[in-house]
Amino acid sequence: MGTRNRLWSIAKMTVTGGVMGVTISDRYVAVVAIKGHSMHPTMTATDSALRGDVVLAEKGCLDQYKFSRGDVVLFKCPSNHKEVFVKRLIGLPGEWIQLPASSEIIKVPQGHCWVEGDNAARSWDSRSFGPIPLGLINGRVTHIIWPPSKIGRLERKWPEDRIPPF
Amino acid sequence: MSGFVRRLAGIPWRQIAGEAISGGLLVAQGLCAVHVVSEHVLGVVLPRGPSMLPALNMAGDVLLSDKVSPRYGRVGPGDVVLLVSPEDPRKVVIKRVLGMEGDAVTYPVDAGNTDASKTVVVPQGHIWVQGDNIYASKDSRQFGPVPYGLVKGKMSYRIWPPTRIGSIDSN
Repeated sequence: MGTRNRLWSIAKMTVTGGVMGVTISDRYVAVVAIKGHSMHPTMTATDSALRGDVVLAEKGCLDQYKFSRGDVVLFKCPSNHKEVFVKRLIGLPGEWIQLPASSEIIKVPQGHCWVEGDNAARSWDSRSFGPIPLGLINGRVTHIIWPPSKIGRLERKWPEDRIPPF
Repeated sequence: MSGFVRRLAGIPWRQIAGEAISGGLLVAQGLCAVHVVSEHVLGVVLPRGPSMLPALNMAGDVLLSDKVSPRYGRVGPGDVVLLVSPEDPRKVVIKRVLGMEGDAVTYPVDAGNTDASKTVVVPQGHIWVQGDNIYASKDSRQFGPVPYGLVKGKMSYRIWPPTRIGSIDSN
């Protein structure tokens, strides 16, 4: 009888913890491991032992979808909903942005945004797939929590070689 | 005065605080459970607007949206889905899926004014959505194919009004 009671209470605690954990990671803050090289040098994924940087993603921004230029955001890949990408927000809805490689200027449509990786050479981003709907955004990266040498806030940054849009 | 202090000291503060904490925890657990069920299992939706007539009424319907199927890719042509509007992320819209990635979709360019139609191929990872009421719907005909990631749920059952209770057919 004693073991059954203990098992029952463990099961109850697991379910409660799981439900609360899912809610917190959906609505407030989530822990995400970064893979890939597209955001080098801000975030790296070079060590084979540890898969890469671990970051905190804030979800409060999803209430109003208010973002700033230079924010690092997580979003679902527009061509594969199972993949989540992390890139820097370059253009907000209604802004004119200049494509880095050419002198072409395009307008970001309403409800969309323009995202680019910090490592332009190895990033698959809006330069290939165009502006993405804001609805695909999953969260905003605020802190790096692993590796220990990089623990700290992630600053909003603007790529030096770009002219900020008007 | 000292009587008042003595009375204050006599109140079982510790017990009250303990009860408040456990009560608050219970409420938090309940809210978390509601969130998990409505976001990941079954959500209640009250659609409004003319775009899905006659399958859905202008107002007054209560529908259940299945949040599990889209996650596992079980959404196909004919299904009615709930998706985040690509034009305003704070809005959700209900439309019918007419084409999955790789499908060729032929649609009327300007229904009601001309008979012209156009054919497009839906790109990878995207779907083509249209309202049943092509005369009063803003859908893929205007904003093009939408990424599958915007799909939030599959509308599966109607629970109100009582005369139309049942599954929403996917034709």
